[in-house]
Amino acid sequence: MTSTVGGRSPGLALPKSELLEMYRQMVLIRRFEEAAAEQYALGKIAGFLHLYIGEEAVAVGAIHAMDEGDHLVTHYRDHGYALALGLDAGPCMAELFGKSTGLVGGRGGSMHFAAASKNFWGGYAIVSGHLPIAVGLGLASRYLGERRVAVAIFGDGATNAGPFHEAMNLAALWKLPVLFLCENNLYGMGTAVEYASAVREMAKKACAYEMPAERVDGQDVLAVYEATKAALDHCRSNKGPYFLEALTYRFRGHSMADPEMYRTKEEVEEYRRQRDPIVLFRNRLIQEGITVMAELDDIDRDVDDIVAAAVRFADESPEPDPQTVTDHVYAGSARAS
Amino acid sequence: MAKPIVMPQMGYDMTEGTILRWLKREGERVERGEPIAEIETDKVNLEIESFDSGVLLQLVAQEGQTVPVGQPIAIIGEPGERVEAGTAPAVAAADGKARRHERAEQPVGVPVSEVTGAVGDRAPGERVRASPLVRRLAAEHGIDLSRLRGSGPGGRIVKEDLLPLIGRPAAVPEAAPVGVVTPVGPSVPVGPPPPEVAPAPVLLGLPEFELVDLSRMRQTIARRMAESHQQAPHFYVTTVVEMDAALALRQQINAEIEDDAEKVTVTDVLVKACALALRTHRGLNASIVGTQLRLYKRIDIAIAVAVENGLITPFIVDADHKPLGEIARISKDLIRRARTGELRPEEYQGGTFTVSNLGMYGLVEHFTAIINPPQAAILAVGSIVTEPVYRDDGTLVPAQRMRMTLSTDHRVADGVAAARFLAEVKHLLEHPLLLLVR
Amino acid sequence: MAREITYRDALREALREEMYRDERVFLMGEDIGHYGGSYAVTRGFLQEFGPERVRDTPIAELGIVGAGIGAAIGGLRPVVEIMTINFSLLAIDQIVNHAAKLHYMFNGQFSAPVVIRTAAGFGQLGATHSQTFEHWYAHVPGLRVVMPAVPKDAKGFLKSAIRGNDPVIFIEHSLIYRNRGEVPDDEDFLLPLEGAEVRREGTDVTLVSWSRGYYLALGAAEELAREGIECEVIDLRVLRPLDLDTVVRSVQKTNRLVVVEEGWRTLAMGAEIAAAVQEQAFDYLDAPVARVGSLEVPMPYARNLERLVVPNKDRVVEAVRQVLYRRQSVSVS
Repeated sequence: MTSTVGGRSPGLALPKSELLEMYRQMVLIRRFEEAAAEQYALGKIAGFLHLYIGEEAVAVGAIHAMDEGDHLVTHYRDHGYALALGLDAGPCMAELFGKSTGLVGGRGGSMHFAAASKNFWGGYAIVSGHLPIAVGLGLASRYLGERRVAVAIFGDGATNAGPFHEAMNLAALWKLPVLFLCENNLYGMGTAVEYASAVREMAKKACAYEMPAERVDGQDVLAVYEATKAALDHCRSNKGPYFLEALTYRFRGHSMADPEMYRTKEEVEEYRRQRDPIVLFRNRLIQEGITVMAELDDIDRDVDDIVAAAVRFADESPEPDPQTVTDHVYAGSARAS
Repeated sequence: MAKPIVMPQMGYDMTEGTILRWLKREGERVERGEPIAEIETDKVNLEIESFDSGVLLQLVAQEGQTVPVGQPIAIIGEPGERVEAGTAPAVAAADGKARRHERAEQPVGVPVSEVTGAVGDRAPGERVRASPLVRRLAAEHGIDLSRLRGSGPGGRIVKEDLLPLIGRPAAVPEAAPVGVVTPVGPSVPVGPPPPEVAPAPVLLGLPEFELVDLSRMRQTIARRMAESHQQAPHFYVTTVVEMDAALALRQQINAEIEDDAEKVTVTDVLVKACALALRTHRGLNASIVGTQLRLYKRIDIAIAVAVENGLITPFIVDADHKPLGEIARISKDLIRRARTGELRPEEYQGGTFTVSNLGMYGLVEHFTAIINPPQAAILAVGSIVTEPVYRDDGTLVPAQRMRMTLSTDHRVADGVAAARFLAEVKHLLEHPLLLLVR
Repeated sequence: MAREITYRDALREALREEMYRDERVFLMGEDIGHYGGSYAVTRGFLQEFGPERVRDTPIAELGIVGAGIGAAIGGLRPVVEIMTINFSLLAIDQIVNHAAKLHYMFNGQFSAPVVIRTAAGFGQLGATHSQTFEHWYAHVPGLRVVMPAVPKDAKGFLKSAIRGNDPVIFIEHSLIYRNRGEVPDDEDFLLPLEGAEVRREGTDVTLVSWSRGYYLALGAAEELAREGIECEVIDLRVLRPLDLDTVVRSVQKTNRLVVVEEGWRTLAMGAEIAAAVQEQAFDYLDAPVARVGSLEVPMPYARNLERLVVPNKDRVVEAVRQVLYRRQSVSVS
């Protein structure tokens, strides 16, 4: 098991446009989530809202490493993944507002983004429940002779639940192209990892299934990118599944209603100051001479505009048509094939 | 042998009494002459005594309950004797070989009265228990459920209890769409409620008597006929029919028929004639329900059959569409099974018109019959008598003549309609080849 | 052309035909391959289709069903076998929270066309192996739940379920695999997953049941016919969506309803049917709806106790008498 925690990521071999795109996406996620928090406080967003603030590097790095055809299923902290996939901020915000123009027509909400066109088969709200589904996606890929990898995003808490273990075993047993990408942000809801898991390092759990595993610095977008790429290559070449643990941190509570009694303000502050992935990347890009602050500031401003427009779009969009409330219960019988 | 103690007549105009207090308990032994209860009448409170010695097997009426004179208030007997639920003494079952089920014991349907197995009487003011089906049917037929007691659990009035009052209800009303909840309102009584069979008053001048219980069938007939006679304003139209042609045709037909079961009787001919006539006189093939007339879409002719315990009216379904031979076959079967008590309720609880033929007794010139509720009319047929008749050309010839009288419910039809119908029947009988053609 | 085959063979035919017809169809389940299936439905299939398409799984119901869902999303047509419906509880989260919800929750973008085959049944198997939960699944919008009684329906339903785009809970019964019936041998014999069927006409009372219960009802009907009581027997066949129209029409004719079910009555299919019938046919009921079900106890092992628990023909007959207000039977010798 390799680890890049604390180490420096490999060189910045990607073209500048891609690097800037990654930066842009991270900022977009950050601003989007901040705007969402504000709109929630204003009562425009209801229910659960799980913010990705602080974890942006994982989604951006991972998505960037994936092929367009790869499958994706995630947990409920899924806004970052939707944006990293390139889905427009407007429909994403509208989904949070429960409008008909939302990503899934206002029927899913924050926890259930999805986009079949991007092979993003959903955010799921039952912790670890989607992991067996990822196994099935990997199974389909192999069965159909495709070279797609099924990428499953989940948190540290999920690794203690039954479905995780069943999925890991199946994927390893059948040598399926599944990437288990664990976002270890050190807390499962309100419980720190050390109170929930017998093993502190999630990656160690993979050895129970003889699955190769790796830990990576989840605040380093390029490290995430490189590690994911390597893992995907492994899966794609029929070597079976791979387990990747991204060590990250969420700067906000688990969800909006979280008073965060389970960690200290000092700890959070520490992470904000030292381990903000956007700041870290920004600094890296400037230090390595890829770009200058002004260019990044421009990107920041563009993103601000995009997010503001997304909020306006969501505000002005209509609610779903009441007539459609009973639609889509069944998909119906198969078309003639 | 267990027998009922009834509310006694304590005064010539007493019609009912209220049990104020039981002086004896259920299961207690009483001696003849001992007071067993305190009752209240319109005029006075007084004690009533037992006319027998024995054990009070069951207190049928409760304290506070008002019971009509002559109706049971308790059962007295010897310990261990079975109390017939419903208090009537054991009715001779119409048929020993109960091929089917308990229904067979109650030939003319179950009168919704004290005769049936009511589990406890209903206290005054108590909610009427009836199945939803019964409520609907009662509302449709204008039956006051509060006067009925049912045979279901807790005295629930169920379909079987209602059938004798309404004939066979439609299984599925034509226009009721599935999924529409039809609101059930309280049953609205239309027209006077059926009169109760008031007991004969005990007049001082009457001689001693032996008390004989009416069979259930007789009780039902009594009740229904009284009801019919009181509720339906009857009027009567009589005509004379020359039956020569009909009799001749019948002879001809029967000569050709080998199977005895198919041989045609005069009654069969009457059935067919009435059925055909009703086709064009549909107003008589009807029932009145409230302010509406129920014009039946089918013509089912009932024939009155005398049986050991009384009278029963099985009917031939769709009679106008059946050829004489089939009518003959069916009627023979119905009559036979009526006499052996094998009829099923759906075979006699129904019919849209009745023919009652007393002609076979030879001596009946003519008679009038009481309509079978809820039908609108009944045809009473007398004997065929050879009589001299003047023809148009003045000659005197013998003819075989038969008088028939139509009783009609004046609420349903008027004299002219009745007369026209009768004329049609007469015409068909006097031109009997028409019976073969239509 | 129809010929008489067993329920089990009808299922086998359906599976084989669909596997030949569409390469995306594959089977997953415990002991379905090397063992040949715990009820021998898939005997020989491993040899015929190979391990990729007849996939033995570890004992991990949740994982298997989830994998089936994922495979379906990914473009395959999985038929997942859960050995008995008792074990489906281990996978109920996948069935109810995932398979049933996807199509609605994601606004119709995709669905999970997975068929989950399982079996009810009992036979001195103990409390955790003798239950039936069709009503738990019939409760959930988004699922199709079928429980065929006769071989013809078994085949027609299974083929349609595989070809359809919805998750289907396909519930068999261990005690009727040997029952025989006429089944067409047409490879495109499909039955839509809807509709109850009146299999015996009658006028006096309506008996509604499904799966093994249907045969109980039929047996009771035959016995009652000897007393002159004519039962109309309805095989419900599909539990979600429920065809109440057929039941209501029958009750309008007979005025009486008895539901026969194998599980506990409380909050089961009979409760739903009774509620719906009193809603839609209130004025036609001459008696309350009767429900015959199992005694409300976990299933005991001892044979005599088990006999007390599970409904039998006599209890059905008794229920019919009850709604007909008959105290005792009068039979013809």
